[in-house]
Amino acid sequence: MESLKYDLATTPLREVNQFLHGDASGLNGKHIEINNPNGAHNIAVGLKSEAKVTIHGHAGYYAAGMNQIADITIEGSVGSGVAENMMSGRVHVKGFASNAAGATANGGLLVIDGDAGLRCGISLKGADIVVGGSVGSFSAFMAQAGNMVVLGDAGEGLGDSIYEAHLFVRGKVKSLGADCEVKTMGPAERKTLVDLLEQSGHANVDPDSFTLYGSARTLYHFNVAKSGAY
Amino acid sequence: MCGIVGLLVKNPKMRANIGELMLPMLIGMTERGPDSAGLAVFGDAVGDNERKFSLYTGEPDFNWPKLSHDFLTHLGSKVINFAQKANHAVLTTHIEPETVKTWLKEHYPQVHLLAIGQLMDIYKDVGTPAEVAARYGFSQLSGSHLVGHTRMATESAITPAHAHPFTAGQDWCLVHNGSLSNAPSLRRKLQYEGIHFETDNDTEAACRFLEWRMREGDDLKTALEHGFEELDGFYTLLMGTKDQLALVRDPFACKPAVVAEHDDYVAIASEFRSLAHLPDIKNAKVFEPSPKEMYVWKV
Repeated sequence: MESLKYDLATTPLREVNQFLHGDASGLNGKHIEINNPNGAHNIAVGLKSEAKVTIHGHAGYYAAGMNQIADITIEGSVGSGVAENMMSGRVHVKGFASNAAGATANGGLLVIDGDAGLRCGISLKGADIVVGGSVGSFSAFMAQAGNMVVLGDAGEGLGDSIYEAHLFVRGKVKSLGADCEVKTMGPAERKTLVDLLEQSGHANVDPDSFTLYGSARTLYHFNVAKSGAY
Repeated sequence: MCGIVGLLVKNPKMRANIGELMLPMLIGMTERGPDSAGLAVFGDAVGDNERKFSLYTGEPDFNWPKLSHDFLTHLGSKVINFAQKANHAVLTTHIEPETVKTWLKEHYPQVHLLAIGQLMDIYKDVGTPAEVAARYGFSQLSGSHLVGHTRMATESAITPAHAHPFTAGQDWCLVHNGSLSNAPSLRRKLQYEGIHFETDNDTEAACRFLEWRMREGDDLKTALEHGFEELDGFYTLLMGTKDQLALVRDPFACKPAVVAEHDDYVAIASEFRSLAHLPDIKNAKVFEPSPKEMYVWKV
């Protein structure tokens, strides 16, 4: 694979991002390495080619946001909004992620090896998120579609007002949000979990150690009997 | 939006250049806070019965030597030290704080008393972090720990008095990233307790609330627990005391913070980009502090 190196200590980020936004035919199959990110915001946002990008260090806000197709690895940790609104492709954070990781993501796979902050997978719209550590409070708030796998614990209000996303949590859940409940894991959901564990480097983790959470669907329709509560 | 930074050096050799180590941290937070900046630094303590008074005036050609001379004449006391930098001066004396306050109000009402303490000096002013740092020679400062702030005003005026750090009592200060929605009611509540406010800034309300709680007998931890009940809004608060730095984030973690713990130092900033330059940062333990938890580092 042809490899290109950028050093953010000497090259402006805008120049790197403009290169990454170039014609897909010139980027497909290339490996772009970014050194000295030093917590800069908006690194490798809006990619739409089959490039492989490695960020050597810690990234700031919105790293790999709006990703399509590209395979992006952050060797360190990330600030808020990593892979927000991702459409497809893969984003792998080897450290921890701050708030709103994978927010509103439509597709693709976000893997976080460490912990994720609050509101992980908020308004998830179809992407898959695998967190090796724990997620903070209000994660998967109003999650509509997709899957979230948490190997550690979840904070308060997990899956509040959830629609049809699946939440697999191995550890403790501090509290469930409104309309989120424990579900029975059927063969189809179990297979989804097994596949995601395999794709995220956790093939040795027992899928039966997870509990599935989903929507009780009591908030789907206006209920005149409860109108006073709305 | 605002930026906060904190640095506590564990390696005594680094005390001499804490200002130099901190400077890129503060400048790194310029985008979060371009309109004002401030710093509280905790250095060597003055004598047991002495106090340092950090003074500020907005008058560019203020006659500082006259103030020093008048102080001596009126109060018949030797000024132990008088160090002036631009619009700031630090006056060291053994005169009682209340006497100094009254004297200042009477003779130099245009001079603001920013802080009183045995270890702490405070500098704050309007301008970009780089401008303020250059004006007051931040890179030359020495000490064991410091707390800094870059401000983007959202709820009250841009003046030196509204800049952070805020202080109440002695050798205690606070910087804040966020906004408090119940600052006016908190202020009224504290005014009933006889507490005087200098600005309409929301952070001053939080600062005076916590200092009041501690005067009422709370330790810092209990005061902050009361703070979680009373303070409504978004906040990451970083506090400095004579021998510690303390950090809390609101229960919703609306405002950021990153910590780097190293054998030689503990560094705190709103974002990692203010920590990236620190020596041997690759071997520091970098983590995001949890909401509603109190983190304390001792000198």
